[in-house]
Amino acid sequence: MRDANLAPIGADETQGRLETWRVVAVLVFLAIAIALTFLVSSYRLFQLSMTISYACAVLSLTVLTGINGQLSLGHGAFYAVGAYATAILMTNYGWPYWTTIPVAAIAAGIIGFLVGFPALRLAGLYLALVTLALAVAAPQILKVNALSDLTGGVQGLTTDKAEAPFGLPLNPDQWIYLFCLAIGCIVFLLGWNLTRGRIGRAMMAIRDQPLAAESMGINLAAVKTRTFAISAAFAGVAGALTTIVVQFVAPDSFNLFISIWFFVGLVVGGVASIPGALFGGAFIEFVPNIANDISKAAPGAIYGMILIAFMYVLPTGVAGGLHRLFRRLFARRHRTATAR
Amino acid sequence: MNGLAHQVISGLASGSIYAAVALALVMIYQATHHVNFAQGEMATLSTYICLTLINAGVPYWGAFVITVIVSFVMGAVVERVLIRPVNNAPILTVVGVFIGLLLVINAMDGWIFDYIIKPFPSPFGGGQPMLDGFISSHELGETGVTLIVLLLVYLFFRHTTLGLAMRAAAFNPTSARLCGVRVNRMLALGWGLAAAIGAVAGMMVAPIVFLDPNMMFGILIYAFAGALLGGIDSPLGAVIGGFIVGVLENVFGAYIVGTELKLTVALIIIVAVLLIKPAGLLGRPVQSRV
Repeated sequence: MRDANLAPIGADETQGRLETWRVVAVLVFLAIAIALTFLVSSYRLFQLSMTISYACAVLSLTVLTGINGQLSLGHGAFYAVGAYATAILMTNYGWPYWTTIPVAAIAAGIIGFLVGFPALRLAGLYLALVTLALAVAAPQILKVNALSDLTGGVQGLTTDKAEAPFGLPLNPDQWIYLFCLAIGCIVFLLGWNLTRGRIGRAMMAIRDQPLAAESMGINLAAVKTRTFAISAAFAGVAGALTTIVVQFVAPDSFNLFISIWFFVGLVVGGVASIPGALFGGAFIEFVPNIANDISKAAPGAIYGMILIAFMYVLPTGVAGGLHRLFRRLFARRHRTATAR
Repeated sequence: MNGLAHQVISGLASGSIYAAVALALVMIYQATHHVNFAQGEMATLSTYICLTLINAGVPYWGAFVITVIVSFVMGAVVERVLIRPVNNAPILTVVGVFIGLLLVINAMDGWIFDYIIKPFPSPFGGGQPMLDGFISSHELGETGVTLIVLLLVYLFFRHTTLGLAMRAAAFNPTSARLCGVRVNRMLALGWGLAAAIGAVAGMMVAPIVFLDPNMMFGILIYAFAGALLGGIDSPLGAVIGGFIVGVLENVFGAYIVGTELKLTVALIIIVAVLLIKPAGLLGRPVQSRV
């Protein structure tokens, strides 16, 4: 079985346990994240908000590819659905920004469910192909004239900037960042909860041994299509956050490359690691910023080379690498985990 | 009716390009069961090389031949350096390497040759209409060149010892190796040939769609659709599939969905084929032992 080792991971076995040091680490991380609101410039806050949005998108791939073993090169399409759902509701229907998040999630989730059905019959490479075609076709669909009253056609849509509610003494950038942080926490909590329980084990069983999983009574079709829907919904939330942060959507920002960036983020972070999605998100946001100083073409080249290098050298991503490092440092704690 | 005939003919003309790229994809798929996501980018790079040669004063057909040779070497080198180490790796790794290759070549194109859209010369003299305006001279010449390439590939695989050895290496590597075929060398050769065919397709399509680093994205998707429609393990099927996709794309684009949704036609073809007849028109159904 080639699929059996689709995701050669070290990080996922221990994710379920709620150890004290994990809780402390998460709390410290959150405290730093909140403190940053008041410490850094508006531009940095914008970047951090985008990081959170990208991290949610990478997390959607973590759930789908890393945990469930279904490959997608087209999550930019679901991201676009979420982004457009928010933009359309805000500009055409005057909804407040925060009410659009659930709608964006549901809209993307439904589309994901529909894509998940053909995906059932397609393993590995073919699914990658179909989703790649979806990613290439997405901007064209968004540009269609028939929908341009709704989508703004080629020009796209511009939305209002969110303001802090209840007279809180925050400027819009600070508020948007905190809002993204809160939504990001919810998405990550959902993702983590989903994967550590019974459903998560079913997903992993399907990834590792579909046949054995089926004979154990797991409903393969149901789990796979639902995973696809949930993953698409996460990507939709990520898209909605992006709209709120950038206040602008246009078809050409959802080209093939955005889907590929998510894939790169997934690989860099670590395919089946939930904290890894954060590294992935940060990578997508910050590396092009640094690389753009060299040349317009540099981000693509760097992404590509890093992708190839990770495939050869560090297939478990940054999170997997750190995990291995910690495992070596605290060999006692993880002796049982290495028995696999 | 004239309109439909025109659409079909120009569909066949673009279909010949898709057929060539689909054939390149199938050659690599047959040998290694990989789908080369970077096939289009490699062709774009070849086209840029050709344009550079022409701008340096090399006559068109000279540049054409040099480009094909350079592309062949490039393909073989890529196989040897990047692909062979991951030949038996999990799918995720293989896809990762291919996507990485796509990104690197795409960025290199942009870096070296700039992102502006460039016109590309046609050896068949621009776009004068011929045969009552049914087809431009370039479309006619381009279809002819592609057909000659396809014929050459067919003759090579059917009637030469090397072609036989390559087929053997793809069909059953272990037995082929036992018979003295150098399987690894055949794989590199296959990649080289695929890159060369892709280069021809790139040079033939560039006068129509103009040259920029993202030129081949759409064409690659059509070629995927063609390869899947014909059967991804059947070279003849891929060629037929490529032509069918070209015609469908044009006819649907003209009469049903409008030109702005042409790529969606390819997406629908891909999904439909995989759902209804996953083996394609001429492919063998895949059976796996459990």
